[in-house]
Amino acid sequence: MLGWEFPPFISGGLGTACYGLTRALNDIGHHVIFVLPQSVTTEFTTHVALRTPAAIKGHIPGVTSYRLDEFNNVEFRSVPSTLQAYGPAGPGGVTEVHQHGSSLTSMTDPNAPTTAGVSGSVITGRSTVNASAHYDGDMIGETERYAAIAVALARNEKFDVVHAHDWMTYPAGIAVARAFNKPLVVHVHSTEFDRSGEHVNQRIYDIERRGVHMADKVIAVSHFTRNILLGRYAIAPDRVEVVYNAIDTNGKLPLPSTIRRDEKIVLFLGRITMQKGPEYFLHAARMVLDHVKNVRFVMAGSGDMARSMIELAAELGIGQKVVFTGFLRGHDVERVYKMADIYVMPSVSEPFGIAPLEALSHDVPVIISKQSGVSEILTHVLKVDFWDTREMANKIIAILRHPPLQATLREHGSFEVNRLTWKDAAEGCVQVYGMAIGQYGKRK
Amino acid sequence: MASVCFYFQVHQPYRLRRYSVFDTDHNYFDDQKNGEICRKVATKCYLPANQCILDMIRVHEGRFRCAYSITGVALDQFAAYHPEVLDSFKRLADTGCVEFLAETYYHSLSFLYSREEFNAQIELHQQKMMELFGQKSTVFRDTELIYSNDVARAAHELGYKAVIAEGADHLLGYRSPNFVYHPPGLPISVLLKNYRLSDDIAFRFGNRGWAEWPLSTEKFAGWVNQVNGCGYTVNLFMDYETFGEHQWSDTGIFDFLYHLPGAVMSLPDNDFKKPSEVVAAYPPIGEFDAPHLISWADTERDLSAWLGNAMQSNALQELFNLEKAVKAKKDPELLHDWRRLTTSDHFYYMCTKYFADGDVHKYFNPYESPYDSYINFMNVLDNVATRIK
Repeated sequence: MLGWEFPPFISGGLGTACYGLTRALNDIGHHVIFVLPQSVTTEFTTHVALRTPAAIKGHIPGVTSYRLDEFNNVEFRSVPSTLQAYGPAGPGGVTEVHQHGSSLTSMTDPNAPTTAGVSGSVITGRSTVNASAHYDGDMIGETERYAAIAVALARNEKFDVVHAHDWMTYPAGIAVARAFNKPLVVHVHSTEFDRSGEHVNQRIYDIERRGVHMADKVIAVSHFTRNILLGRYAIAPDRVEVVYNAIDTNGKLPLPSTIRRDEKIVLFLGRITMQKGPEYFLHAARMVLDHVKNVRFVMAGSGDMARSMIELAAELGIGQKVVFTGFLRGHDVERVYKMADIYVMPSVSEPFGIAPLEALSHDVPVIISKQSGVSEILTHVLKVDFWDTREMANKIIAILRHPPLQATLREHGSFEVNRLTWKDAAEGCVQVYGMAIGQYGKRK
Repeated sequence: MASVCFYFQVHQPYRLRRYSVFDTDHNYFDDQKNGEICRKVATKCYLPANQCILDMIRVHEGRFRCAYSITGVALDQFAAYHPEVLDSFKRLADTGCVEFLAETYYHSLSFLYSREEFNAQIELHQQKMMELFGQKSTVFRDTELIYSNDVARAAHELGYKAVIAEGADHLLGYRSPNFVYHPPGLPISVLLKNYRLSDDIAFRFGNRGWAEWPLSTEKFAGWVNQVNGCGYTVNLFMDYETFGEHQWSDTGIFDFLYHLPGAVMSLPDNDFKKPSEVVAAYPPIGEFDAPHLISWADTERDLSAWLGNAMQSNALQELFNLEKAVKAKKDPELLHDWRRLTTSDHFYYMCTKYFADGDVHKYFNPYESPYDSYINFMNVLDNVATRIK
């Protein structure tokens, strides 16, 4: 399995999804070798929730390999890389993509930015607005370097299927699959159209397009995403399967917040980027505040639109009612969910959207945009078109005003979210593996 | 000797328009959609079904008889959107073979919240029956066959001779719904719906997966005949929209209806009776004790479709909290608006039971979700509240 994010160092739902999926695959007895870019390893291995690697067996200089105690069947390999898919691309400096031809020397090059110091800054870079300051601008070159290392790594492994998560790993997926004659499954967690609207980065689009076309099977995280793949990537309908994401709820009910507040909190949590529709949240907030006074709007996250959102809040005259927390992680995420009375996801284009599931599992009523994959599987939430800020405000006000509405949404929502399991997702993936292997056999 | 007693429910709610918290006008109802639905159902069901019933009465020279319960809000909408429907019901009334039951004008749940309003809505409905059809009802049915001993007592106090109820298994036990019963200690009859035979027509008729499909009139008449010896009357109570709307015309439902009387009456002892005639012909044979409320809805036969979650009970409570103040205003338009909000459908739309399973509740729901309907209703109610300040 090829990925580039793993908790706790994540900027979006991808790391969370890879974590949940690999754990469930592990639980149902599938052996997974998970290849990660170096950039996540340093602090990752010391994180309290994840235990120290049980075994370290480096095959290639610069490659770290380890297991996590809770993942008996999952082995992790991390390779030096500074992949940062969700960050804004730096101007210029983008190298051409070569088809798997890079030499191993390039990835073991001591001059390459692969040390812990750099990877540490990538992590923080990911989590702050000035991500591009640390970014070396050669994102696409990185995918190629990552591919070369993955191929080298794979020589020492036995595997049946190559499973690549999102565009950064597609070149690696294609390279490994070709080098070892194995079927390729690519898993589309988001597309360039979700992230960039109509202003797509042509190079990334090309990598994505090549990835989904080279794959024996494609997994889309929703029908919403599947439709984009069919419409924008000209892929045959019978090659795309939908496997929904899930959430780990542990069966535990969150403790009710003991803090009594006069003020209600409406939460936005996510990257503050075009894709996430932060400006719609603020415009709705403006309308809500005309009707309800004791409410505060919290925008948790970072992104390239953070500054302009602060300015927009001021412009709308609601600056004192909107709090920007910056990027939150771990315990702070927990806390902000516990404080929230409503979670709003106004995304313009959301392939899936795990955050609403997290909110529901924290007993927070949820409003989501209809332009999201998760709206296909959630019924006990409120849904709006992202552009319909009047309706968004109408629904926020209704939840704030009517405790029975909150109660009913909470009661049914937590029941519904408990039914979504990673085990089902993992089983869906295993089915797709079977199809891919079958397909690959026929092709040969 | 077996009697068949048909009663058809006719109802259309005044659906609300999308009313946001930012709206301030007093136009709560979706005239366009209500008109469209009214005209559509009239074309598919009310007009052809009424014609069918009229033909049946004529062909059988008055031996086919049946009853309707038509809500005041349905009649108002016929008058506004499709007056021809009213005329066709009047023609049926003129035959003398058709009886009209009493119910609350607004198809409301007022029995549960305000006896004063309950009585007032029945009185309004009775005036309407007299005005349109020249009849005084003697048999009462409450909204959605909501029934309990208390409902029977209220109907008795209002002078009705009988009440309609669901033949709920958990109350009947081994006993048959094909007899007439009485509530404990009250001289009023209870007519119980034979839900198996009623649902064979209303729900299963067009279902190709059903073992008995296709249902012929002979087969159905045979089932009716089996009642002989263990009952007097088969009470077939159903929504009138069964004919042509729930069961489409191409299922053969109209042919079935048209030929049923002939098949049933091919045995000389069998006949059709109006509810009041059943009451007059057959004395109660035992007690039907319903200490708790029942209805004809869902498999639960309870009130959970309208009162199953916190939103529904909150919306109803808030609505009836306004009753006194609305009435004190003595503004007929305000009162009419408020009363149209008492229609049970508004609360049915808020039902979260089965919501995720996409069943019958969804089919009848003009909203995307029960939450949307609650929000919409409460926004309207907030506006009504501003009018009484």
